[in-house]
Amino acid sequence: MEADRFKRAANLENLDAMVGFIEECADRCGLDPKRKFGLLVAIEEAFVNVCHYAYPGGEGDVELACGCGGGSFVVEIADSGIPFDVLSLPDPDTTADIMDREIGGLGVYFIRKMTDEVSYRREQGRNILRVVLYAEKDAGP
Amino acid sequence: MELRSNKESSATVVSVTGRMDAITAPAFEKALNELIAAGETRFVVDLGGLDYISSAGLRGILAIAKLLKGKGGQVSFANVEGTVKEVFDISGFGSIFRMHDSVAGALSGFK
Repeated sequence: MEADRFKRAANLENLDAMVGFIEECADRCGLDPKRKFGLLVAIEEAFVNVCHYAYPGGEGDVELACGCGGGSFVVEIADSGIPFDVLSLPDPDTTADIMDREIGGLGVYFIRKMTDEVSYRREQGRNILRVVLYAEKDAGP
Repeated sequence: MELRSNKESSATVVSVTGRMDAITAPAFEKALNELIAAGETRFVVDLGGLDYISSAGLRGILAIAKLLKGKGGQVSFANVEGTVKEVFDISGFGSIFRMHDSVAGALSGFK
């Protein structure tokens, strides 16, 4: 699978450019529009996490790799910040009353819910979050 | 993201169009905070023109809802559709908030 790459400073200012990169890649791969929306939600969460937590007190980059092949659409989000597995966070209680709901905690939940596979690895000093969407999967109702 | 607010007799209608993401959501929260500081306590948020919402948008909505609840106020939502509705439903927001098919329906809920 050939992947397009996109590297920017891990800064929220680059969110729009990052979204544009992923959209272009998803369109080229023919990803269903509904699935693309879910993908963008998941990738925004991962990107924002890197911006907020990967480089405490410093600056660094975030690199996206995006590609498709063999019925799968794959995005990897990599940073060279402190080791952190976002998937280690618990899911929020989505049934709690308004006053009991935590503000936040939904990000990782969306990453899991909007994708078909998600995995984390630490490799050569980098955190790499990999998300996969199956091309043939029905978008659902 | 663009915001428009309109004071009706039973509530203030805030219409949101465009994208509510990590960049734009703080502007939503700020605008609602200002309206609340000015004494408004009842809101209908019309999301019919919203193309995209992420957890940052939901966080802003939740912060406003908590603030309003503490003041005895209330917020309900109108025209939450399509992929935005999907995000509401997955997060559980679709069942903890009052959802209406139209602004008129949401306004009548305050009477």
